[in-house]
This record gives sequence, C-alpha cells and structure tokens, in this order.
Amino acid sequence: MASSQEDHPLQTQPQPRTLPPPFNTSPAPCVLIAQGAESLLYRTTFLTPTQPAALKVRPEKKWRHPTLDKRLTRQRVLAEARVLVKLSGEGIVAGGGGRKVKDPKKGKEKESGGDGGGEGVGVGALRGVVPAVLGLDWERGWIVMEWIEGVTVKQAIYARDLADEAALKGLLRRIGGVVGLLHKAGVVHGDLTTSNVMLRPTVSSSSTTTEEGEKTKVGDGGDGAGLDGDIALIDFGLATQSISDEDRAVDLYVLERAFGSTHPKEEGLFGEVLEAYGESMGKGGKVVLRRLEDVRMRGRKKSMIG
Amino acid sequence: MPIAIGLEGSANKLGVGIILHPPTRDLTPPSPHDSAYSDDERSSQPSKGTPRSPPVQILANLRHTFNSPPGTGFLPKDTAAHHRRWVVRLVKQAMAQAHVQLEDIDCICFTRGPGMGGPLSSVAIAARTLSQLWDKPLVGVNHCVGHVEMGRAITGAENPVVLYVSGGNTQVIAYSAQRYRIFGEALDVAVGNCLDRFARVLNIPNDPAPGYNIEQLAKKGGIMLELPYAVKGMDVSFSGILARVEEMAAKMQQAETKNEPWLDVATQQPITPAELCFTLQETVFAMLVEITERAMAHVGANQVLIVGGVGCNERLQEMMGIMASERGGSVFATDERFCIDNGIMIAHAGLLAYKQGFSTALSDSGVTQRFRTDEVLINWRD
Repeated sequence: MASSQEDHPLQTQPQPRTLPPPFNTSPAPCVLIAQGAESLLYRTTFLTPTQPAALKVRPEKKWRHPTLDKRLTRQRVLAEARVLVKLSGEGIVAGGGGRKVKDPKKGKEKESGGDGGGEGVGVGALRGVVPAVLGLDWERGWIVMEWIEGVTVKQAIYARDLADEAALKGLLRRIGGVVGLLHKAGVVHGDLTTSNVMLRPTVSSSSTTTEEGEKTKVGDGGDGAGLDGDIALIDFGLATQSISDEDRAVDLYVLERAFGSTHPKEEGLFGEVLEAYGESMGKGGKVVLRRLEDVRMRGRKKSMIG
Repeated sequence: MPIAIGLEGSANKLGVGIILHPPTRDLTPPSPHDSAYSDDERSSQPSKGTPRSPPVQILANLRHTFNSPPGTGFLPKDTAAHHRRWVVRLVKQAMAQAHVQLEDIDCICFTRGPGMGGPLSSVAIAARTLSQLWDKPLVGVNHCVGHVEMGRAITGAENPVVLYVSGGNTQVIAYSAQRYRIFGEALDVAVGNCLDRFARVLNIPNDPAPGYNIEQLAKKGGIMLELPYAVKGMDVSFSGILARVEEMAAKMQQAETKNEPWLDVATQQPITPAELCFTLQETVFAMLVEITERAMAHVGANQVLIVGGVGCNERLQEMMGIMASERGGSVFATDERFCIDNGIMIAHAGLLAYKQGFSTALSDSGVTQRFRTDEVLINWRD
C-alpha cells in the first residue's frame, strides 16, 4: 500500500467493502486503516483477542482482466509472504517441506532466484524490522501479519522540527543502514517510499491508539521524539529475492525519486541515505551506488518521441 | 487579446494551431469557470485552491500525419521531409480558417523538444522563418507540458494526476510547486512504441495510427494469454513484454504456415492476431492503470487526466474510469483532436508562458531530443 495512514482522511468509498472469509464472520473487530493503491489495510486481532494484527487484503481490481487479476494477486500474496517469512526467520523456509530454518551463517550465496533462493542467507536477518506473518490465503488474497506500532517516516518528516537538521540526517542514515541490511539479506523491496518505512517508538509506553485504532504519533507530542525510533519496513508487495546490482540500484532509485517528489525541501539530504547504505553494505555497496548513477542517467537520457 | 500560433512536429504528426486566450475580467487569478459558464455569479474574492486552466478559444487546429507502409516505422529523414513539404500549406490554411491577420498574432510557438531530431529541426526552421518574416517573438515549448496544459484546458480538470502516454513518452505526472514532477515512467520504451513495434511484426497498417488499428483488432479478441508484467514501484518496463509478444506472433505465424493453428490451452480456440492484440492491450493498460493508481494514492488525488496519443484508446479510458470510480474519483480524457500530437497544445502552452514574460531568443531557439517535463518552470500556476 503506497499511501500512508494519516495524511488524507479516507474518502467515502462508492462501493461498500466486504471482508474476505474468515474475517467476514469473525467477531474480532476489523478497522480499515488505509486504502492504498494495491491493498486495504485493517487493524484487527488474530487467533486470540490479545494479539493485534494487520490484515492486508488485496481486493479484486475490476479494471483488470480477471485472469490477470487472479494471477497477480496470487503471485503477490505468495511473494510477499515468502519474503517476510524469510526475513523474520519465523517458521519453515518457503519452498521446502518441513525443512528447518537454517543458521544464516552457514548459508551460501546463490544467484537471484525465486522462493528459497540463497539458502539460509538472510534468514532472520531483519527480525523485528519487518512484520512477521501470522497467516495467509493466496486464493482470497489476504495476509495477516504482526501489527507495527508507530508512524510512517513520511508523516514524521512532515511533522519534524525544521531547525533540527541533525535529527533528519540521523534518520536518513538509519534508513540507509536498514536498506543495506535488506539488500545484504538478498531481498529487494521494490517499492521503497517514505510511506513504506516506519518509525517505531523505542519506549513502549509512549504509543497510544485512538478508539478507531488509527496509528498516532510517536510520543506525547514532544517534538524531540519526532524522528527517533527504530526503523521498520512494511509493504513487501513488490519485493523480490534478488542479489543483482541492477535490482538493488533500481530499488535505491525508486526511493530517491519517491523521496524527492514527496519531500522536495529535504531532497538535498538524500545523500545521507546512500552513504549509510554504502557503509552498511560494505564492498558490494560501492558497485550498487555506481550502478545507481547509470540508472539515473537512463531516465534522463531516454530519447523521447512524439 | 493574446493570440498565438503553434507548430508541432516532434514525431510523424505535423500540427499547426492558432489559439486565443480571452482576457479574464480582472487581474486576480483566473476564474475557475470555463468559457461555457457565465461569470455573473462569480464572487469578488480571488478563487481559492488550485484554479482551473483559464478558458481558451481554438481558432484553428490542423494536422497532417506521415505514415509509413505496414511493417515499417517512420524514419527521421522521411518524416522531416514530410514536415517541410506540408508546413507552409498548413500555416496558410490555419490563418485562413482562423480569420486572423499577421498583426493579430502575438508569438510564434514551436516544439523545442523532446522528440526526433530531424523532424523537430524542420519545424523549428519554419518557426524561426515566420518569426523573422513577421517580426514576432518565438516561444519554445516542451512537448509534454503542451499535452498536459491542453488536457487541463479542454477537460477542466483542476489538479489531476496525469498519465501521459504516447509513442515516445510514458509518464505519470503530478503538479507540485511550479513543476510537473514525474512520479513514474517507462524505464525503457514508451507504451506507444511497444504497441507500434508490435503492429509492425503483424503487418498491421500504420494508417491512421498503428495503435488505433491494434485497438480495433483487440475488440475482436477475448483470450488472455500470459505476458510478463513488469511494474517496478511506480515505474514500468515494456521491453520484456514486447519481446515475449513478438515471440508469440512468430509462433502463431509459424503455426499458420504449417497449417496447425496454435490453440489456447484453456479454451481450445485458435490464437489469432486479434487475441494477441487483446492480450497485449489488457496487460500493458493494466500496468499503466496500476502505476497511475499508485501515484494517486501517494499524492492523495482522485482525478486522472489521460493525454497523449495512446490516451485515445477507449479501452484504456474505460479501465482508468473503473479504477478512478472505485476510488471515488473520475477520469478526464480528450478526443483525438487533442490526444494526438497537435499544434494547438503548443500554441496554448506557449501563450501561457509568453504571458508570463517568457520568450526564446533566436540564438537560443535550437531543438533538443531530450527535454524533461520537470525542467520547465510552470509559473502560470501557483
């Protein structure tokens, strides 16, 4: 879901949304938090009333041909779930039958591949940084995952203290570092925007939720806490398991462009993200950053006709 | 009353247009009403929010297209020659149709870029000649900005997300801080280019436009085959799809020569050119609607404006309409007079810039094949 949770109130939808089974008959409360381009996000509980969860539903897109729609939904639900399972290191490694989660240190790096590619590499590398998967149904197009408390980086930057540039730089560096870890784990996010990076409160008592279950700002309005917090990545709907420099460079390019369009005033500081990325990635990082220059040039040098 | 003449020839369409911008009643920002509404109830407060494009009057909008034979594409040299052959005739015709005299014209607008070098140059030479002959200032215009401004003026859309799709461009654009920022685009070839090249493989005629003929064929198809679907964030990529669909075309043609038609596995129906056109359209248009939807979600807009030659396609308009209404919004599109490259959009965008004091010196009036949409300062909007 590319949109963030707070900044535009949900428009009245022309068609009432029905939840997919089993949620349409479940007594658990299910509150619509966001309507992104791709999916709907609900806050609910899963299996027990005390386990908060995020339900991500990919509704049918009536403007797509139904064959294409079903195929895409299934592919995306499965791809997202596999990536999250691998990164959070929970449960069974996808693609296997009963294979235990391998010790990341023992894995060997393989060429980019589909599920289960790069055996062991990256498994559990981003535990705590990405939501864990609690359940899914690829035919009906939903995934239930761990609820992440906090605000999107987009909101945090919009609300930031403009005088404190150091805090912004620090935040950007933390983001760069996490993206480096992600790429090192053999995953490319595919849709990096400031709506898909979250800031979790580091102090557990400071987050609150309203009755409607909407996410609220970190801290009790204290501006200093505006850009603090742990980075979390969400929305792996377009993620792929790839180690190619090209894919990693495009991943950074998507973030660079999204950042520039959404935060034009802060656009000049994006270099902090790339520097921290390079440091986090180590040797491989330099190659990717050089490739990024090529990707940028491609957009600019394209011959445009007509 | 500002009047401009606009010359367009960045690809194979030569367009000449003459536009009039009726004056607004006072000096505050343009009225949100377009020319169809009466100004009587307009309040004396300046309009708040983003004002719509000011009303325009189209005095002439002529176009002549250069088409190459089926199975081929138009080459720069031949296209440039075509433009040189036709421009004088079109300018004279436009002036006659518009009933304007030389003295009435305020500026000569022309496409500075982006586009094909030869054709752009030919038209620029014509513009420079007119400018010196008639002693009028020149205004160089960005082709993409022309499309966007014309779309806004004709449809009255206030601040839509714009999908600009043509043979040479595929961009998702949104206005922000006096720039048309590009949110998403095709990373390799434009969608129209993908369609045009596919038409060549099947020898689909180029007249009136290959995309139009693909659209008509696709209406007869109904089988959805599988093509790679390459959406990367807000960007799209078409070369993989093109390669795959060209493979399919080859397979289909081979099967025909051997007299063993290629049958679709699911329905056991033969795969014909119509089915390939259908599959290709459904796939690439779904991709375009998807990236447009992402941009809309990202900026919080619910209006979409489709411009560019591929925007004439009714299936694309239909799909976009369904997506927009699911989000509680609406889609705006124009007809072929304005979707397809034309001179009036150049005159319109040029005149908007000219009224802000912009003009292009003769020494600076070169053309450029690469000219990003966000390079232009949109100082006629706030």
